[in-house]
Order: sequence, then structure tokens, then C-alpha cells
Amino acid sequence: MSLFDTVRIAVRALLRNKLRSFLTTLGIIIGVFAVISMVAVGEGAKAQVEKTFASMGSNIIVVLPGTSSRGGAMGGFGSMPTLTWDDLAAIRAEVPTVRTAVAMLSAMAQVQSDEDNWTTRVQGTSPEFLDVRAWKVEAGVFFTQSDVDVGAKVAVLGRTVVDKLYGEFADPIGQSVRIKGVPFQIVGVLERKGQSAMGQDNDDTVVVPQSTFQSKIQGGLQKFIPGMIMVSAVDADATKRAQTQMANLLRDRHHIEPGMDDDFSIRNLAEMASAVEAGTSAITSLLASIAAVSLIVGGIGIMNIMLVSVTERTREIGLRMAVGAKPRHILLQFLFESLALSTAGGIVGIAAGVVTASKLGEAFGWTITIRPETVVLAVGFSGLVGVVFGIFPARKASKLQPIAALRYE
Amino acid sequence: MQDAPLVRLEQVTKIYRMGDVEVGALRGVDFTLERGEFVAVMGASGSGKSTLMQIVGCLDGPTSGRYWLEGRDVSSLGANALAEVRNTTLGFVFQSFNLLARTSAVENVELPMLYAGVGGRERRRRALEALDQVGLSSRAHHHPNQLSGGQQQRVAIARAIVGQPRVILADEPTGNLDSQSSVEIMQLFQALGAKGMTVMLVTHEPDISQFAARVVVMRDGLIKTDTRQIPKAAHAEVVS
Repeated sequence: MSLFDTVRIAVRALLRNKLRSFLTTLGIIIGVFAVISMVAVGEGAKAQVEKTFASMGSNIIVVLPGTSSRGGAMGGFGSMPTLTWDDLAAIRAEVPTVRTAVAMLSAMAQVQSDEDNWTTRVQGTSPEFLDVRAWKVEAGVFFTQSDVDVGAKVAVLGRTVVDKLYGEFADPIGQSVRIKGVPFQIVGVLERKGQSAMGQDNDDTVVVPQSTFQSKIQGGLQKFIPGMIMVSAVDADATKRAQTQMANLLRDRHHIEPGMDDDFSIRNLAEMASAVEAGTSAITSLLASIAAVSLIVGGIGIMNIMLVSVTERTREIGLRMAVGAKPRHILLQFLFESLALSTAGGIVGIAAGVVTASKLGEAFGWTITIRPETVVLAVGFSGLVGVVFGIFPARKASKLQPIAALRYE
Repeated sequence: MQDAPLVRLEQVTKIYRMGDVEVGALRGVDFTLERGEFVAVMGASGSGKSTLMQIVGCLDGPTSGRYWLEGRDVSSLGANALAEVRNTTLGFVFQSFNLLARTSAVENVELPMLYAGVGGRERRRRALEALDQVGLSSRAHHHPNQLSGGQQQRVAIARAIVGQPRVILADEPTGNLDSQSSVEIMQLFQALGAKGMTVMLVTHEPDISQFAARVVVMRDGLIKTDTRQIPKAAHAEVVS
């Protein structure tokens, strides 16, 4: 008997009980659907995290100023300025694995246009900022080193600030914006960057030269850096070395005895990124394994209905045997029936999963990638479920005695 | 092997176990069937006539004794070999027709050839030919539930003869039919016999056994009488 005939007989038998076949398949459909959509959403979340970290620039190390402790209350990193401008200069000059280092001065401040006002994070920095953050200017220009040298009152605005102060399609270049009441000239607008890894809006910011920040916005304690130092290492491999070298340099400069705590903190964004990614991966595999359990439940449903089917069709089996079907023919017929149920379920489940995943992706604004290996795995697994749970009923059918089967009432 | 009888049973016994009780359905039967014979096996229920047919039909093996089919010992063949013997040598007709539901007449007739590995087109051609032989070519695409009992049994006979078997084994083929249809079916068997087909049928109705040329009567697992007779001609007033 040809394979084609076997498949044809199996499919016809299933079509005789359309509703029952569909309900049996439903278990597999839901299982495969769950696996596909869960994995796709998990992968989408992971890709989103990767994208966010990539948007923060490559090989970034952040040096935060140290802790203050007053009356036993630990202030946490950044609560007291301990990093000086001299520290920054030393990092630039003495650590070979550092490509660029830039001070990130920041303060929340009110900014005003003629019509509107908005409170945003104002950052004081140098032109290396674009390089370190892997960012571009969308319109106008970034300020230059000479602006920093003379303390020019120029500002580059993030997209969100432009939207709030001037409206979504406005071109504010050349206009004046007041920061803490001091008028600045807008020279450029930064490209839209979206959310940061911590969920902050990267575009909700105003960037000014660090000298201007110190004189007009910060006020007081000119020796210290009111913010953090952002360092980019020469390449990804050098990141770890750069961290150690900077730590040694700063401990030395701050005269910290061996065994004493650092008065600064060095954080590597790549480490954070991989930690977050590991978390998303764990959640993805958790969801996928829960979904896989539902596939097994679907398989049990198939086995159940195949057993019923074998009992119902005992006389048919007897007749087939009487006219010359070998046990193998009967085995294959029932095996193909369960295989057809499970693969049909797999295919429908994939279609439903793909559609749902892309709808979810649209809703979250993620790029959803359905990887071919996920699809192959889901189809393969559902086929396997069909064979594993179909083999027992099929064997039961093939072992029937022709006489007993023909006589079955 | 052409000289060997078509069917030869020697001291065949069949014992069924019903829990602790052993029931001897056949208790040492010798039986031969020559080519072209039309034999009716009679007997009360429990006489062993159906068991005899099942053993001759290779649906079941004997407990002891030997069975030669066309000179070949088939008493100890395995399930696969027996399936092949049934497929190529034997044709079955049952009391309850045993047609596949929701499957057209012609596809029912094709069934044995499916397991013989005959190609689709050839299968269809031979099935239509067999349906023509039983006078049902006009109903080839009807489903069993659209056919009368007599017509269904004729589809079953077409299925039995389509593989050109050596013997047709019919177990109470008229048991579910009215007398009119019964006569028609017997006429069909006689016609097949006239073409040289060997027919062995089991029945408990003396009326039906009249149409056979040889009558074997069984009782308590043994053959009691084995007589030859002039068969009654089946006058079929209506043949549709």
C-alpha cells in the first residue's frame, strides 16, 4: 500500500468526524500557538533591551561620585561630589584603554520658550558627548570646543523638549530658550532616540557646554564635577581593563588606603545589559516551557480520541484485516491519523501564533522576529507529540485479532 | 500442486478458552474442498460451522491438526503471511455486509486491492468490472446507506471477487435479507459457481442450502453428514 493511499485513508477518516477532529486538534493548536507567540514576544523584548543598550553607546563605563554618610545615613552613590575636574583630566591622560571621557553634569531645571515651559534634565558636557553616546544631531549643529572654552550660552535640545516648547514640527534653531531664566541660543536638535534601559525618555533633555553649565546652572563648588563621568573604552574587550585601571587611578588620586571603601563607583553598561538580557531570556524560556506543557496536554487529548476511534472502528479494522490488511497497515493508518491531527494543529497554531505575535509587536512598538528554527521546532514537536501519543492506540488497533474484531459489537 | 485439493483439513481441532472452561468448537474435522465446488455448511448454532469457516478463511489458526490450502500448509503461518493469503486467495462475504460507511460502493470494492498494492487507476477499473458482474454498475458511486440490503450484499460480493480469489467464503450471507433478496443473492452465487468459482457458504436455513451442490451438516464440532445433491435452480423473478 502506498504512502499516498495511507495518508488519504487517514485524512478521510478524520474528515468523517470534522467537529471531533477539530476539537482534538484544538489542544495542539493552543499549545503551538502559545509556544510561538510566547517565544516571539520574549525575543522581541530581548531585542528591545539590546536596542536600548546599543542606543546608549558602545563600551560605556560610568564613573559615579561617592557616598556621603551623615549621622549614619548613607547617602548612596552620587549623593556627594567626590570626582574633580582633575580626576577627569587624569583619566583622559593616564588610562590607555580609554578612548574618550566626558563629564556629564546634570541638573533638573525649568526651560522656557516664549509660550511654554517645561522641566527637564539639563546636561553640561563637551563635544565628545555625541561620540560617547553614539548620538547624532538631527538639525543644526552641536556646540564646539570653542563654545566650551568661552562658556557660550548655546543649547542643543532633545526632541521631546522641542515638542513641548515649540510644537511637534517646529524648527527652533536660532530661537532663544531660557534655562533657569538665563537665555540660551538654540544651535541644534538631537535625533530622536527613544527610551533608555531604565525607561527614561532619552529625548527629554537639553545639552549645554559644561563651562556654561558650571557658571549659569550649577553654582558653587567649581572644583568638583556635579554629575558623573562617562567613559568609552577603546573596544569591548578593553572595557574590563579600563574599569580596573580607572579604579586604581582614582583610589590613588583620592588617597584611599587598601581595605577602605571606594568613594566612587564604576559601572559597566555591558554588564547591566547582559544581566537584563539574561533575565528576559529566563522569562522567555519559562513561558515557552509552560506553553510546551499545553502541547503535551494536547497530545493526551489526541491519544484519548484515537483510543475511542480504535474502539469505535473495531469492526472496520476486522474487515480490513479480513480482506488482507497486515498489522503494519493498520498501525500506519492510525499513526497517520494522529500525525495528521497534530501537524494540522501545529500549522494552524503557527499561523495563529505569528499573527498574534505581530499584533502584540505592533501594540508594544517592538520588532517581532519569528525565527525559522522556532517554527521548525514547533512543527517538529507537534509531529512528535502525534507519533508519541498515537503509537499506543495504533499498536492496540494492529494487535486486534481479525475474528474478534469482526465480531465486535 | 494443481492436483492437490483446494482446501484440505486433517484432524483439525479448535478449542476456545472461556475463563476456566475449555470449549471444543471443532473436535477433529477432516474436510476437503475441490475446485469449482459449491458447498453449504449447515448446523445448529454452536455446531462449529462458523469456526470451520474461520479456519478455512485463515482468520484463525487451528489448535491442532493441519490445513493445506492449494497444497500449501497454512496451519502455522504468522499474522502477516495469513493476511497475504486472505488477500490473494480468499474472498469474504459476511452476514452484516461489513461495508465501510460513508464510502462509495466502488471504493468499498477497491479495498482488497489497496492492500495488494494495485495502482489507483487499475484499482478503479477492476472494481467497476466486479460491480458490473454483480449487476450494480449503475450504483457504483452510491454510499451503503443509499443502497438496499440486497444491493449492499452484492457490493460485498463484488469486493470478495475483485481479487479473483480461489474460494469465496460466505458466512450467513442471507441472514439479514428478505426472501426475495436472498434468492437473488443465491442466484448470484450460482452464477459465479457456473463460471468456475469455488463457493463455501455457512447457513442454518435449509432453504438456502438447497441451492448448493454439496451439503455438509455439522454437530458438536464434528461433520455429521456430507452429501451431494442436485442444486435447486434459483429463479430470480426480479433482478434489478
